[in-house]
Amino acid sequence: MMKKTDICTIENSKIILNEQIIFESETENFSDFAKEAYKTLELNYPKFHKMDNLSKLAFLASEMILKNDDHSNTALVFANKSSSLDTDFKYQESINSQDNYFPSPAVFVYTLPNICVGEISIKHKIQTENAFFVLDVFNEEFLNSYATQILQSGKAEKVLCGWVELYQESYKAFVYLLTT
Amino acid sequence: MNREIYITDYNCVTPLGFDVEANWKALLEGKSGVTLRKVIENHEAFYVSKIDSEKLDEEFIKHFDNQNFTRLEKMFLLSLKPLVDRHSISDNTAFILSTTKGNISLLKNETTLPEGVYLSKLAQKLADFFRFKTKPIVVSNACVSGVMAISVAKNMIQAGKYEDAFVVAGDEISEFVISGFNSFQAIGSEPCKPYDKNRNGINLGEATASVYITSELNQKEKFKFKILGDSAINDANHISGPSRTGDGLFASVQNAMKEAKVSSDQIDFISAHGTATLYNDEMEAIAFNRMDLQNVPLNSMKGYYGHCLGASGLLESIISMESALKNTLIPSKNFEEMGVSQDLNIITENQSAEIKYILKTASGFGGCNAAIVLEKC
Repeated sequence: MMKKTDICTIENSKIILNEQIIFESETENFSDFAKEAYKTLELNYPKFHKMDNLSKLAFLASEMILKNDDHSNTALVFANKSSSLDTDFKYQESINSQDNYFPSPAVFVYTLPNICVGEISIKHKIQTENAFFVLDVFNEEFLNSYATQILQSGKAEKVLCGWVELYQESYKAFVYLLTT
Repeated sequence: MNREIYITDYNCVTPLGFDVEANWKALLEGKSGVTLRKVIENHEAFYVSKIDSEKLDEEFIKHFDNQNFTRLEKMFLLSLKPLVDRHSISDNTAFILSTTKGNISLLKNETTLPEGVYLSKLAQKLADFFRFKTKPIVVSNACVSGVMAISVAKNMIQAGKYEDAFVVAGDEISEFVISGFNSFQAIGSEPCKPYDKNRNGINLGEATASVYITSELNQKEKFKFKILGDSAINDANHISGPSRTGDGLFASVQNAMKEAKVSSDQIDFISAHGTATLYNDEMEAIAFNRMDLQNVPLNSMKGYYGHCLGASGLLESIISMESALKNTLIPSKNFEEMGVSQDLNIITENQSAEIKYILKTASGFGGCNAAIVLEKC
């Protein structure tokens, strides 16, 4: 049987871990909210500031659960609806103008949704199974089935699953840890 | 005991042809889809492997009445149609789409998001057209998506969620992607030369590819390949560059071979990623050597098709299987002089060979890697 051991939700300018509010802010703007959360929770990881908003969202939620525990055998299975469209849109704006055509590699790399999973892997140095899916609505049963298959085949001991949806100021993260 | 999962049919749409037979013939003749093309207005031309749009429309109109589709959607539909004609869709049939950017071209000069740029909308449009009954699953893991889509089908069938699956993978050449890779200075100034000493970057390509995957054999299969093992491990090193030590690829290959219960000396052929960037090809050489796979015949298909992003892994898997069925190894096009620091057995000419076990690998942005082991049955 699968057990869900920790759950973190981020929405409406609140971070909730296992039903307890651990951070909330008056700020509605996501970038400012993420920056405040980063400072208040003393995350101390300067690379955070270079990430796009989707990665910041996924990173914050994962950080609450992974903390400093040993996760060398924790797989990551994430999904969302809007893929990387938030960054795609900004990147496209930068190339729409023929006269002002300066595409940025630092922005371009975030035009892939799985980059957020890479960011979490790098932070915790976890070389494990990764998957990113795009679904039109959150389907926990699907993520859990995929995670179960990873656990049953012995490819990981735990799986961090997550729905990390963000487009402009609309966002929601629901991240949880599954073990057998 | 896990259910046994087989690939029993496939098709592809590329600049070298609109079915596998045409592609195979072109490959045997050493043809490449890579040519110098103007993709971005007011910008120099790039070497890309691009499907001729007029030929695509001509082919599409022969098979479909409704013409109200984007260029990429036409490529997807053409690739899938023969498989849907040959295999029935039930309530337990999965539809899995692998892509990195889907209809990203629709975003140009828009002030709000057109619906068609959502990958789930693209998938649903294709699913509705062929009347799939289950919700589509989109795999979007950068350049390993095509290989992973096979793993996802295998794993979800083994989890008991589905009986069979249609897997389709595709990406098209777009200004969006070309400008991005160009800003990374990752695009080669000539036809790409994977593993060669003079390689200087990738050529982008476009294609769609489809496979039919099932746990239920009906003895009518013209061929079958068992999916023995799979894995997709992150380097946890850098989001835009491969690991110097090949950690993630090494671990992916190791895991996939362990699940497959196949040893390094049993692998008959490696269809590698080989993008022709300095770092990727070197990283692969290190990873394969760590697995003691340096003597196994290996190629990269990028010299024929360029890098087709979300389609590449599935397209190259199909060509590998065709290679095994035809008992013929295809050379790694444009390779002349060894350009990686460790030994690899790079195929340099068409040669006959008995191929039973295939290893297919890929690596991509975000530090992702993927490997699968296939067995010709």
